[in-house]
Amino acid sequence: MAERITLQVARYRPEEQSEVTFEEYEVPCPKEWVVLDGLNYVKDQLSGSLSYRWSCRMGICGSCGMTVNGEPKLTCATFLADYSPGPVRVEPLRNFPVIRDLVVDIGDFMRKLTSVKPWIIRKEEKPLSEGEYLQTPQEMDEYQQFSMCINCMLCYAACPIYGLDPHFIGPAAIALAQRYNLDSRDEGARERREILSDHEGIWGCTFVGECTKVCPKHVDPAGAIQRYKLDTALESLKTFFMPWGAR
Amino acid sequence: MSQSPSYTEYHPRWIRTRVSTYWWLKRWSYFAFILREVSSIFVAWFVVYLLLLVRAVSQGDSAYQQFLSWSGQPVVLVLNIVTLSFVIVHAITWFNLAPQAMVVHMRGKRVPGSLIAASNYFAWAVVSALVVWLVLE
Repeated sequence: MAERITLQVARYRPEEQSEVTFEEYEVPCPKEWVVLDGLNYVKDQLSGSLSYRWSCRMGICGSCGMTVNGEPKLTCATFLADYSPGPVRVEPLRNFPVIRDLVVDIGDFMRKLTSVKPWIIRKEEKPLSEGEYLQTPQEMDEYQQFSMCINCMLCYAACPIYGLDPHFIGPAAIALAQRYNLDSRDEGARERREILSDHEGIWGCTFVGECTKVCPKHVDPAGAIQRYKLDTALESLKTFFMPWGAR
Repeated sequence: MSQSPSYTEYHPRWIRTRVSTYWWLKRWSYFAFILREVSSIFVAWFVVYLLLLVRAVSQGDSAYQQFLSWSGQPVVLVLNIVTLSFVIVHAITWFNLAPQAMVVHMRGKRVPGSLIAASNYFAWAVVSALVVWLVLE
């Protein structure tokens, strides 16, 4: 029989309790099992009422983000054996309201994400007959790192600024805005600047840098924000000294 | 069951945990960040100290001597030693973070971050050497 490990899982059933409690479950711990496998075992064998989000179990969908032993993690990419002999404490993502057990409300992030218009904006679309918008590999390199974001929100859970000020637009939304700003096919940087250069936008960030450390896709949101700060500062200097050159 | 459009009868009984005032003590990286932020107060003190020095120099020899003896007092000395260590923390963390904010291209290729940090340190060393030369000359 494989080794076993104890999961301490945060439970919150709004119809029964007003505070989060922890329940312990002993689950198998073969070396290929991740925390998500442990949770699935709990749901299948021990407590069918446990609620949590998951889908692809391969680090693509970004839905299984939770707090594992105090760190924001994708539970599908966090091996139980690494925490042996345990226990492993599984909590919902920090900085978000908890709806039930390990499920948090992501509405705030979804609204912020759409507010930065993370799609290609053209002043004028060219007709289909003229073919696709071409791009060189060098032009793609400019933004590709930021396009790896899977919206898992680990960066929001790691960001103390977002925890203290929920109005802060947050790391992933800014990184994704930069993904389109740096895309050679995009012409929407000006439209995005209004929301990004706001007090609750890039200037809310004090460069703690934790977002970059916890990102499972190596997006470097902190880098995206600082780059955008530099760009915006240079842009406003330019408009100050050369008002006639302002776009 | 109610006809209200809210999606469960328990909505919105969501749990929202408040961030503790001492959040920055819970993780070394948060603490390091706060140290970096606090270092700006010491940087400001060095600016004030420099202005006091300039004022003393402009007021003549006796004022300058008075400034020197004031600076030699244990309290001021300890404050300035602490300030120096914070200013060094400030400079080092600043240079280490620079590559994340600066993207430099040379001949169509992106300059690696380590080179950007190294050039910052190099510039620091050159300026420091210049200052030392000015003082000793």
